[in-house]
Amino acid sequence: MMGRTIFIDPGRCIGCQACVSACRECDSHRGKSMIHLDYPDEGRSVASLPTVCMHCEDPVAPCAEVCPADAILVTADGVVQQADTTRCIGCANCVNACPFGVPKIDLQAKLQMKCNLCYDRTAYGLAPMCATVCPTGALFYGTLEELQTERPGVQVADSFTFGSTTVSTGVAMVVPADKVQWPVPGGLPVVEINGKDVR
Amino acid sequence: MTATDPARALPLDPSLAPPGTRNFRDAGGIPADRWHADQNGETLVPTHCCFCGVQCGMYLRVDRGGKVFGVEPRNHDINRMRLCPKGINAYQQVNHPDRLTAPLMRRNRDEEFREVSWDEALDHTVAEIRRIQGEYGNDAFGLLGGASLFSEKTYLVGKFARVALKSRHVDYNGRLCMVSAAGANKLAFGIDRAGNPFSDILLTDCLLIAGSNVGECFPVMTQYLWGARDRGATLIVVDPRETAIARTADVHVALKPGTDSAFFNAVLHVVVAEGLTDEAYLAAHTTGWEEVKATVAAYPPARSAEICGVPEQQIVQVARMFAGAGKSMAWHARGVEHHSQGVENCLSIINLCVATGNIGKPGAGYGTITGQGNGQGGREHGQKSDLLPGGRSITNPEHRRQICEIWGIDETELPPAGTSMMEMVWQMQRKEIRGLVGICNNPFVSLPNYATVKDGYDTLEFHAQFDFFLSETAANAHVVFPVTVWAEDDGVMANAEARVVKHNKAQEPPAGVRTDTWVICELARRLGAGDKFAFPDSRSVFEELRVASAGTVNDYYGITYERLEETGGIAWPCPTTEHPGTPRLFEDGRSYHPDGKIHLQVVEWHPPMDPYSEEYPLSLTTGRTVAHFLSGNQTRRLGALVEQTPRPWVEVHPSHGFRNGDPVRVVTRRGSEVFPALVTEAIRPDTVFVPYHWPVPTAANALTIDALDPRSKIPEYKVCAARIEAAPRIDEVPAPPTAPGHQAYPETQVSRTDPLPPTSPQGRGTAERS
Ligand code: SF4
Ligand code: SF4
Repeated sequence: MMGRTIFIDPGRCIGCQACVSACRECDSHRGKSMIHLDYPDEGRSVASLPTVCMHCEDPVAPCAEVCPADAILVTADGVVQQADTTRCIGCANCVNACPFGVPKIDLQAKLQMKCNLCYDRTAYGLAPMCATVCPTGALFYGTLEELQTERPGVQVADSFTFGSTTVSTGVAMVVPADKVQWPVPGGLPVVEINGKDVR
Repeated sequence: MTATDPARALPLDPSLAPPGTRNFRDAGGIPADRWHADQNGETLVPTHCCFCGVQCGMYLRVDRGGKVFGVEPRNHDINRMRLCPKGINAYQQVNHPDRLTAPLMRRNRDEEFREVSWDEALDHTVAEIRRIQGEYGNDAFGLLGGASLFSEKTYLVGKFARVALKSRHVDYNGRLCMVSAAGANKLAFGIDRAGNPFSDILLTDCLLIAGSNVGECFPVMTQYLWGARDRGATLIVVDPRETAIARTADVHVALKPGTDSAFFNAVLHVVVAEGLTDEAYLAAHTTGWEEVKATVAAYPPARSAEICGVPEQQIVQVARMFAGAGKSMAWHARGVEHHSQGVENCLSIINLCVATGNIGKPGAGYGTITGQGNGQGGREHGQKSDLLPGGRSITNPEHRRQICEIWGIDETELPPAGTSMMEMVWQMQRKEIRGLVGICNNPFVSLPNYATVKDGYDTLEFHAQFDFFLSETAANAHVVFPVTVWAEDDGVMANAEARVVKHNKAQEPPAGVRTDTWVICELARRLGAGDKFAFPDSRSVFEELRVASAGTVNDYYGITYERLEETGGIAWPCPTTEHPGTPRLFEDGRSYHPDGKIHLQVVEWHPPMDPYSEEYPLSLTTGRTVAHFLSGNQTRRLGALVEQTPRPWVEVHPSHGFRNGDPVRVVTRRGSEVFPALVTEAIRPDTVFVPYHWPVPTAANALTIDALDPRSKIPEYKVCAARIEAAPRIDEVPAPPTAPGHQAYPETQVSRTDPLPPTSPQGRGTAERS
């Protein structure tokens, strides 16, 4: 399935927001962070969960599909790019379409901004800024094999259901091996683990 | 064990791309030819983070004009590219608009500061030193250093106090950090440092973390913790709060603050009772074991469970896990050290490690997690009141003789030991100390019992402060010297593994700014000791430091700047230039005491100094947040970090009936302050927590007690008696004041000082939540 991509392991996240700060340092959108942190169990636990662009594969990027200006390009390697500034009209359709809550609109500039998997870095074989600095490896960049060598027995999901629609994504999420029926954070049931349908 | 950046070995085709950044990108993350510009004029200067004791490697991005403008992760083997948010944003302080660029001076505290020439500031300071010492004696003038300084500068601070000021009163803010661990290590092992490198954590089978919120205070170390977990290691966390690390532990012992040694004595009790001790090791390599065994016999789990407020079964479980694993390690930090029995708490952990034979092996040992970047190196070369360079004791006649010989002074000229940082404040109140120079410290935020600290400093007849931002303490001074930030000078620091690393200069300081080395040497020259302070730069100080440490336990002699650059860091002791350094101690079973034995020490638990009562039934404990560093003088000016954690709060258990964001008054015997409530089950019902990086009126340290450990003289920050009550109105919750001298500009705008409560369990999450 996936090649080199980001794997998110919320179990390791310490909520430090190094990813958020690092994202601001990326040359392609310096000064703005495209990541945010969710706190799924506030008041009871310190658990936190980073949200990056999932780079939806099938159906191809809902944000790109709904864009009336055809501003969101999906490259051949599956990266859903930030909206092309010469085309984007700042209509926010993409914000409403994204099931993961990723794109943002810069209201002053009337432009969309989103994670483009640090294309300036990944095109050179480097990891994106967030996954480079993440002190815990909650954000990991590489192949599934690399992840599994480093973390024996790790299970990942890259399909999520939204009502009757299933979205499979370029970015994958680590799920507890023995708890595959649990919804992944965000309340979405897991439908596929390491390529196997588990519904 | 240390490694050089691997890409330096990569063959490079110079025709492919200009050297520098392009090559960095091409070579997969490591610039092959550092300090050389690419076609955009960008260079990457390898250095380390200025903040905590992990000392992450990083590159500073320097533009064509020679200015630092960004950061790039560096594949150094301490951090392997990882950085925490402080590390990522650190570069922003280098060219920050709040930088002090001219000496500030005033005759009286009620005057405004005016910018003066270096000559005027230095002359006035020297005149005041002469006047005060002439009227009241040499010891009436004191010096307080800092553990964020490079080791070269801490060496100079100690030498300046004894040789130029001729005063016994010198100490440093590492006194507020890890001196309890240092004292315990010295007592037990005869050497003051962690026993193992971080990389040993990856090899352990059972990891015990005591009193350390690793996720927030040492974020980059967590990769080692998770790495051990990937191999199947079990994790035990001892902490009153459910921190991010405790959340995933196999056992989380949420003990009542101030009861650590009662807990560890009981764990050792169970280990003895179940026959899990390593008697062969104890017999061959230790003294004092029988006494320790007899003491822990009086700590059955039932008794300690009662004291610590934890289930009895947990004590048994921890004992079996730690002693039953193949290789176990214990790492601890301020949670056990910031107590009136901080040294004893550390000793009780050492007793457990040694009794189970977990010492001096890959994956087995102990470590202390240093708070400040140079918390370890900061005291090694004479900045602490009772230490001379090389960790020599100032009370040992032989040690005194050796140092006087190196410094070229007569033995009678070397002052005796002075007092600790908090004691010096009490001496200021009593007018025993009337003049003070502070170097890169901010006691107005970092010392406990603010009212006492303010009173002590206000009583001073003369106070000068070195800093690059106007700290709360500097704002109270008569003279402020504008000095360099870390990226404007060369120097070494020792991280929590006692690995000495080299920081490199990335840009020239702004006009008007001088290095601390220059200022200290210039003051010494004007005081008539110029011949002993002829140091043009850090390297020349380091060369003297190497010689001054030769032959001691803290031996730096074999460490040179060139070797540090080649290896990425060398752990001391390193006696010769061929010696590889000593990442792991005691591999031969010998301690650094003359008899080669580990001296186990008896520990009896006693309650904290501030007694609970009906009026003050709760424990107040304090700590850090990931976005801020110590007194916040640096991080409270960086927009991203302020956005991330704009203000302090009080963490309370839901059983107190508050809702998130309610105004809550925290009252102790020292005073009261109002904070927004963060209601969470992640804290004990009998404990409340306030982070300490802010000044009054939102300062945790206005409430904490200035009781000290009798041996290490560390203040008891981690527990005092308190009560909480509803503050009637939300507008009573004060916004934290802006840092003194702060000028808002777009990138570092400090925008969130409103009294909004935090929205997440650890008070983060206010940023980027659209
Ligand atoms: S950097 Fe890593 S650990 Fe820190 S908040 Fe982001 S994902 Fe979590
Ligand atoms: S503060 Fe510590 S953990 Fe964070 S980047 Fe700096 S050295 Fe690393």
